[in-house]
This record gives sequence, C-alpha cells and structure tokens, in this order.
Amino acid sequence: MIEEKFDAIVVGAGMSGNAAALTMAKRGMKVLQLERGEYAGSKNVQGAILYADMLEKLIPDFRDDAPLERHLVEQRFWIMDDRSHFGVHYRSEDFNEERPNRYTIIRAQFDKWFSSKVREAGATVLCETTVTELARDANGKVIGVHTDRSDGEIQADVVVLAEGVNGLLGTRARLRERPKPDKVALAVKEMHFLPRETIEAHFNLKGDEGVVVEAAGTISRGMTGMGFIYANKECISIGIGCIVADFQRTGETPYGLLDCFKRHPSVAPLIEGSEVKEYSAHLIPEGGYKAIPQLYGDGWVVVGDAAQLNNAIHREGSNLAMTSGRIAAEAIVQVKSRCQPMTAANLSVYKKMLDDSFVIKDLKKHKDMPMLMHTNSQNFFLTYPQLVSKAMQNYVRVDGTPKAEKEKVTMKSFVNARSWTGLFGDAFRLARAWR
Amino acid sequence: MNVETSVRVEDKLFYNRYLVDVGRPHVKVRAHTKPSPQLLALLKVCPARCYELNDKGQVEVTVDGCIECGTCRVIGEPTGDIEWSYPRGGYGVLFKFG
Ligand SMILES: Cc1cc2nc3c(=O)[nH]c(=O)nc-3n(C[C@H](O)[C@H](O)[C@H](O)COP(=O)(O)OP(=O)(O)OC[C@H]3O[C@@H](n4cnc5c(N)ncnc54)[C@H](O)[C@@H]3O)c2cc1C
Ligand code: SF4
Repeated sequence: MIEEKFDAIVVGAGMSGNAAALTMAKRGMKVLQLERGEYAGSKNVQGAILYADMLEKLIPDFRDDAPLERHLVEQRFWIMDDRSHFGVHYRSEDFNEERPNRYTIIRAQFDKWFSSKVREAGATVLCETTVTELARDANGKVIGVHTDRSDGEIQADVVVLAEGVNGLLGTRARLRERPKPDKVALAVKEMHFLPRETIEAHFNLKGDEGVVVEAAGTISRGMTGMGFIYANKECISIGIGCIVADFQRTGETPYGLLDCFKRHPSVAPLIEGSEVKEYSAHLIPEGGYKAIPQLYGDGWVVVGDAAQLNNAIHREGSNLAMTSGRIAAEAIVQVKSRCQPMTAANLSVYKKMLDDSFVIKDLKKHKDMPMLMHTNSQNFFLTYPQLVSKAMQNYVRVDGTPKAEKEKVTMKSFVNARSWTGLFGDAFRLARAWR
Repeated sequence: MNVETSVRVEDKLFYNRYLVDVGRPHVKVRAHTKPSPQLLALLKVCPARCYELNDKGQVEVTVDGCIECGTCRVIGEPTGDIEWSYPRGGYGVLFKFG
C-alpha cells in the first residue's frame, strides 16, 4: 500500500490520461498515474491518425523526438461495392509543410513515448497495475482508488478517470452507464509489413509522405460501419469496424468482414506480399453528443473515450481525448490554486471549459448523425453504394447507348431502389443532421 | 457467399503476444442449461472466437486468446450472462503496435 497522499490520481495511460497527467505534473501537482498494461500503450489500439495541433498544445516540440510514421499528403474516401470503388481523393503539396498537420502513428510506440514525457514532468507512473475500485468516503465523495497490487486504498484529492471506452470503474461506481451495443462500434485491425519502397510504390508516395483511405459500402454488409487503410513507414494498418448491435443482429463475424475487405480487388494489391504481425480489436464510442455522461462529481472527473468524447463521423478520437484530458487538468489546477476542495460544484468548471472547446462544439453539430446512420444503415451502407457503382459504370462505359438514355436508366435504378420520397427523405435527413 | 469458414482466427491470434494468467480467467460465463440469444451472439461476434458451444449445447469461454475488446461485456453483462473484469495488471494481451 502506498501511504502518501496524492493531489491527483489518473487512471489509464492512453491519450487522455497522459494529457491530464502531463498537464498537472507540469504545474507542480503531485500526480500518480496507474496503467494496467505492461507499458503505456500495450493495451491500446488505434488506426491511427495523429492530429498535430492538439498534441502541440501539450508538447510544442513533439516533432523532435515523437515516433511519427508519415505526414499525410493525401486523403481518399471510397464508396465500395463488391467489385469496384468510387473515390474522392484529395492530395495537396501544401501538406508537405514545415510543421505538418496530420501524421500516421503506431499507438503502442507513441503511447510509450508520451508516457516518458509524463514521467519527465515529474508524475509517478505505475504500470502493470489494474485499478479495481474507486474509494469513497461516507458521503460518497471519491477519495482514491483500490488496485490489484495491494489491499489498501491509495488516496488523492481527485481521481481522473481516463480508462477508455470500456471503463469498468466509472460504471461499477454508477457514475455513468455501461456503453450500449448500439452506441459502440467494434473494430478489428491487422498490421501488414512491407518494405518501405513497396509501400511508397503502392500508394504513390515519396519520402515520409503518407496517405489514408476511409472506405464505406457493401464491405459492411448493410451494417453501419467503415473500413480504413493507413500507410505507415514500413507497414500498413488495415481494419474495419461496425456497430456492435449490428453484429449482434446480423451474426456477421468481424474477422470475416476484415478478410473480405482485404480480398476486395481495390484493396488486395495495396497489401500484396505483406507479412502480418498483429491482429487486434477495440471498441469505439459512437453515441456522439447525446451519449455524453455526467463529466464530473465529488472528487472525480471523466475524460476521453470513457466519456464518449469521440467524433465518429470525422474519425477523430485521440485529439478529443488529449484535449479533454488537458482541459480537465487545467480545471483541477484552477480549483487547487484557489485552495478550494475538489467538490462537484468546484469541478464543474471543467464542463464549462469543455463546452467552449471544439470538443463539445463538434459533437453537438453532429448530434443527429449517429441515429440517422444507424436507422438507415441498409440504405447508406448497402443500397446507395451499389447504386453509385452501377451509375458510375454506366457513365464511363462507352457502348453506343445515347447519354440521355443512360441517365434515365441510372435515375430509374435509384428511384426503384428507394422511391422518390425515400431519396428526398434521406437527402434531407442527411443535410439536416450534418448542418 | 460464406467467407467466414475460410478464416482461421487461431492463426491470427498466433501473431499476438500474451501473458496468460493461468487459473484466473477474467471473463466467466454464468452456469446455464440453455443459452440466451445474447450468449449465442458471442459465438460469432467475439473477434478472438473465445466463445464456443460444448457437447451439451452450452456456451463456454476460454480467455487465453482474448484481445480485451470488451464487446462481450457490452452484450452479455446487462443480462447477467457473463462476468467481465480486466486481467490482473501486466497479464493478458500485449500489443507491440496497437
Ligand atoms: C480501430 C480504431 C481506429 C481509430 N482511429 C483513430 C484515428 O485515426 N484518429 C483518432 O484521433 N482517433 C482514432 N481512434 C480513437 C482513439 O483511439 C481514442 O479516441 C483514444 O485512444 C481515446 O483515448 P483515451 O485515453 O480516452 O482511451 P485509451 O487510449 O483507450 O486509454 C485508456 C487506458 O486506460 C487503461 N485502463 C483502463 N482501465 C484501467 C484500469 N482499471 N486500471 C488501470 N488502467 C486502466 C488502458 O489500459 C488504456 O491504456 C480509433 C480507435 C480505434 C479503436
Ligand atoms: S473481450 Fe473481446 S476478445 Fe475478449 S472474450 Fe470478449 S469479445 Fe472476445
């Protein structure tokens, strides 16, 4: 049992926990961070795109020594049916800038580096330690934690719950609900290794330039979901994720989907000849704004995925995690510097600051999207991709049919599949949810 | 098109590193005679295929290959079908890349 008392205990050494621990330690607080993995990152899975701006706010010179893979110069969006893809590619030389905006990373390596910065700032980091329970006083105020290393409790003025999407502590202590099957996606992912010249040739890259592909369509078999392919220096991250309730309903298997995605004629050439070195899976919070739980209470705050702060529409999560971790820490530092107790009333400043940030503003903007995608998954992920593919093929194939006739056939196929009211309804709902 | 049968999850798990906490499984299935629909769903949805049917038609779990995604918890805990914890600190799956 650790006898000393801490200013703050941070549970978890992922993106949000590291941001919180670093921010507090830098401001002279006595911080203990607990992580169940052998090292920070050993339990974590991500695509992974790193957004520089949010990390810069924590570690301005991170580019000097962070394990970065490639800076992104190109983004591809694909709509797929079983044999084809229709794509939008955005590539710009502007992204070859002095301080690039987005990078690919390998999470286990990145988290290890991030954790070393937390230690350097003076926090005590204990790995291989699972927190089993929150400690509370007679009034229910959180006063510390219990771990699987000792019988006693470790005390602190405030506990930062940075335990990720499957956070057990917060749900066991009834501070928030367990994620529901329709509010989380399950993603499976593989790491495919290839010589770097091969990767650069497959993706049309030079040097450390990188590209990411986001794909949707029949690959998810009518379930709400997406596939992704990210180019790293010497490997490719490839994965696919769908809403858990959809898996439950359809009985599709996650590895079955991934294998189908890998064998798709548009994908197979990209990973041809590769050696697989890891297979992983992880949940992603998909509930958006409406799923955000109570964010603070007496002696505790919750940050990152544990608080469902994840923008599934834009495929952003780690940056929201880092930002919420930093803001929670700044709020705690504020309360402490005023010598006030860590009560719910005083910690409410965290929510106010978060509401003013892009984190809540972005999630609020898309608050209706998760529901729309979910209730219309057959249309958005099966019917439309097939129709788009047919329309494109009809458009580009030259066979002597007059153009007007071709367009009529295309239009008819859309109306037959969805009816005019269906089409207008979907377009209207999509526009409204996006607004 | 039935693609699932061609995929061997066991081969995929072979790439991963694990430190198995022998004799202390972190996921348990509640004793039952006839499995609930939720339990049956786990046979398919678990990405590591940890859930299997035994000869008596009951669902069993072997956590050695578990990748700790939490999917079975989200489905099976509300109905009381399973008990889910994290493995002891340091044990379980160990991602090198993640
Ligand atoms: C397949 C996939 C692709 C993604 N792609 C992207 C992307 O490209 N870009 C992006 O920005 N985001 C992406 N995300 C989302 C991003 O990974 C998350 O939003 C982010 O990791 C959340 O950070 P976090 O700190 O809240 O949680 P996590 O990073 O999950 O960290 C939680 C930590 O807490 C530890 N922990 C949990 N419980 C305990 C306990 N009881 N005791 C001790 N330790 C504990 C865990 O071991 C873990 O280290 C992706 C997610 C997935 C799954
Ligand atoms: S946590 Fe994930 S991998 Fe482990 S048994 Fe449950 S569903 Fe399978």
